[in-house]
Parts: sequence; C-alpha cells; structure tokens
Amino acid sequence: MNSALLAVVRRDLLLALRQRGDVLNVLLFFVVVVSMVPLGVGPELGVLRLIGPGTVWVAALLASIVSLPRLFAQDHADGSLEQILLSGQPAALIVIGKILAHWLVTGAPITVAAIPIALMFDVGYAPGRTLVLSLLLGTPALSLLGAIGAALTLGLRGGGVLVTLLVLPLTVPVLIFGAGAVSATAGGLSAGPSLLLLGGLSLGAAALAPWAIALALRISLE
Amino acid sequence: MAGPLLEAMGLACERGGRSLFQGIDLCLEAGQCVHVAGDNGTGKTSLLRILAGLLQPTAGSVRWRGRDIAATREEYGSELAFVGHLNGSKEELSVLENLQLEAAVRGCALSEEAALDVLARVGLEDFADLAVRQLSQGQRRRVALARLVGSTPLLWILDEPYNALDAGAVENLHGLIAGHRERGGIVILTAHQAIALPEGSRQLALVPGAER
Repeated sequence: MNSALLAVVRRDLLLALRQRGDVLNVLLFFVVVVSMVPLGVGPELGVLRLIGPGTVWVAALLASIVSLPRLFAQDHADGSLEQILLSGQPAALIVIGKILAHWLVTGAPITVAAIPIALMFDVGYAPGRTLVLSLLLGTPALSLLGAIGAALTLGLRGGGVLVTLLVLPLTVPVLIFGAGAVSATAGGLSAGPSLLLLGGLSLGAAALAPWAIALALRISLE
Repeated sequence: MAGPLLEAMGLACERGGRSLFQGIDLCLEAGQCVHVAGDNGTGKTSLLRILAGLLQPTAGSVRWRGRDIAATREEYGSELAFVGHLNGSKEELSVLENLQLEAAVRGCALSEEAALDVLARVGLEDFADLAVRQLSQGQRRRVALARLVGSTPLLWILDEPYNALDAGAVENLHGLIAGHRERGGIVILTAHQAIALPEGSRQLALVPGAER
C-alpha cells in the first residue's frame, strides 16, 4: 500500500520535472506578487516590516490557488485519473500521494523562497523564522483544502473562478493564524499557540480531506 | 469455478434526462467474451463504465464474485483492466515510464526487462524511450493496450480497443484476447468497425429505449 503511495508521488514528481515551466510559474507568481507590494506602498521600512508577513501569506495563498488546476485537470483530460482510481488501491491513498507531490513542488519551494523575501522586508530574525515555520506548517493545509475545490470543479467550464470562490473562505483560518503567528513574534509574544493551531489545521485537513477529495473525484468522473 | 464471476442485474442508465437502456442483465463465467454492439449513442460506453464501476447505474447492480462492486472497489479494481476511450497515458513520460509507473501504482512493480518484454509484445520495443507525445494515434493505443499484456487482472473491459490500430495490431489484440480467455479470463468489449470478432464471443445488442 505504501509502495503505491510512493509510486504516485514518484509519478507526479517526474511529471513536474518534465513540465518545469508550470512549477516555476507558481513560484515566480509568488515572488512577483510579493515584490510588487513595496513598489505600491513605498519604501518606508517601518511599514514594510509591519505588512511583510501578511503580504507573504496572502501571496502564498494566491499562489497555491493558481497551482490548483495542475493537480487533477491533466490526469482527468488524458484518462489517467480513471486508470489510477481503478488501480485497486484505496482512492484516498492515491489522493494523499498526489497532494504530497503537489505540496513538494508548490508549498515547499514557497516556504524556502520566503527566507530571502523575509530579508527583503526586513522582518527581523525571530519573526522571519516564525514566518518560515508558519508557512511550513500551513501550506500543507492550503494544498489539502485547495484539492477539495479542484476535485469538485473538475471538468467544469469556468472552474478556475469557481475554485477560487470555493477555496478562499476555507483557507481564511490558515491565513489568520499564519500571519498572526508572525505578528505575535514581532510584538514580543509567543507564536506557539498560532503555530500549534496551524499544525492542527494541516493535520485535521490531512485526516479528513482525502476522503472528501476521493468522493469528489468519483463524482466528477461520472 | 462455481457460479458466474460477473453478474449484472437490471442495469439502467439515464444520461441528460434521456433513458439510454434499462433492464440489462449480464452473466459471465470464466473464459467468456461479450461484444457490446449498438449504434452511436445507444449507451455502449456508459454500460462499460457502469461495469467498471466508474459510473453509477440509475437502477440495478453489478456483482463480482457475488459481491456488489460498489462495496469492494479496491478488490474489484485489482482484478480489472480497463481500456477506455482515453488512453490514460501521460504524454510527457516515455512509453517505458508510463508502463512501469502504472504497474507500480497497481502494486506490481515491473522491472525494466519485463517492461521491455511487454512492449515487444505490442510492437513498441523500438519506441520505449520516446515520449508518448511523439507517438502516432495507433501507437498510443498500443501503449494503452500494453497494460493487458501479462496482466494479472481477470476481467478486461475494453472500450473500442480496435480504434486506430493497424491490421497487425488488430491480429495481435485478437491473440491477446484469445490467450486471456484460455487462462479463464473474461473480456467485455465494444467495437463498431466491421472486424472479425474474437471467436465464440457473445453479442449484447443495445437498442435505443428498448426493454430487454
């Protein structure tokens, strides 16, 4: 069963490697959105320090939504989605594999890219560390919640807009606790509670979302 | 083996508010082959997707080894090889990678030699390292059919498997089907071309709106 999970991860990572452009687009989108903000609000260091973490989190959220069509749409269009759902492996397991691979090529690079971006906004060492940690804990929840939307809107025309409307409200808690953790550190408070809640959100989503996604995929294959 | 392996009872299907077929009964034992015939739009693909468990019938049920397939998806999936309208291969991956990764996902990893052997059986040994994107339609179809070669699943559901195949490949597929049936396998297929169907196959004709 684990070998099937690894096979799905390997397959999707190999596909991402062959379509590097798509993966880089998401990362580039994240970096560009974040870089635009100082141009818009001006180079006031105090202001940038204040809005930096929130900006990074909003950009990470938008980038994860931009990346969602990659998750199932291609497999749906070329028929390989029905093949892997008929492979005799539990559908939830396959879904976990696909989301893990998706996180490795979106959430993980975004988390790493946040390090230079934290320097750019001069958020300071401790808040910067909290920012990266909060992204590490929170982006899996973004991938998991986003995948529910992606599965539900699979094969729909204009699904891109719909998926944004479906997923954004669900990800609000992730955004609030993610940005909140950094503000707490910057204000001299403990980021612990917010980080724990973020981790809890990711774990909760990891436990429940795959079943919902598997069901949604079945429905969209009909 | 006692009793039928695959049983379908009172299957009905509705698409877009229109009844495609109703009251389809099917009972298949080891070694049997069914050819589902019918004009365009009579529900051949829908019937095959229902039998594969990809589509929920409006009425009726499908049983495999006496158990409802909706309740035993994983078990049923591991005994089923499905070739649909879509080939289900990834265009960016090579023929060999497609074959090996698909086998790995199914939980029966294929060594490179074994995979090359399979490709030789469908006449693709010289194309193993090419991306599927670079292949012709007929060759892509062969990649999809390669999942049947040496496959352990007992039940093959093939939707228009002869599409885009040349005469040699059709002959080859006939051979595969015959060999599979000799081993006690079951084949359900559709084909609307006038090709000589595998010997001794039954026909199930779908007539629009008819009560069977």
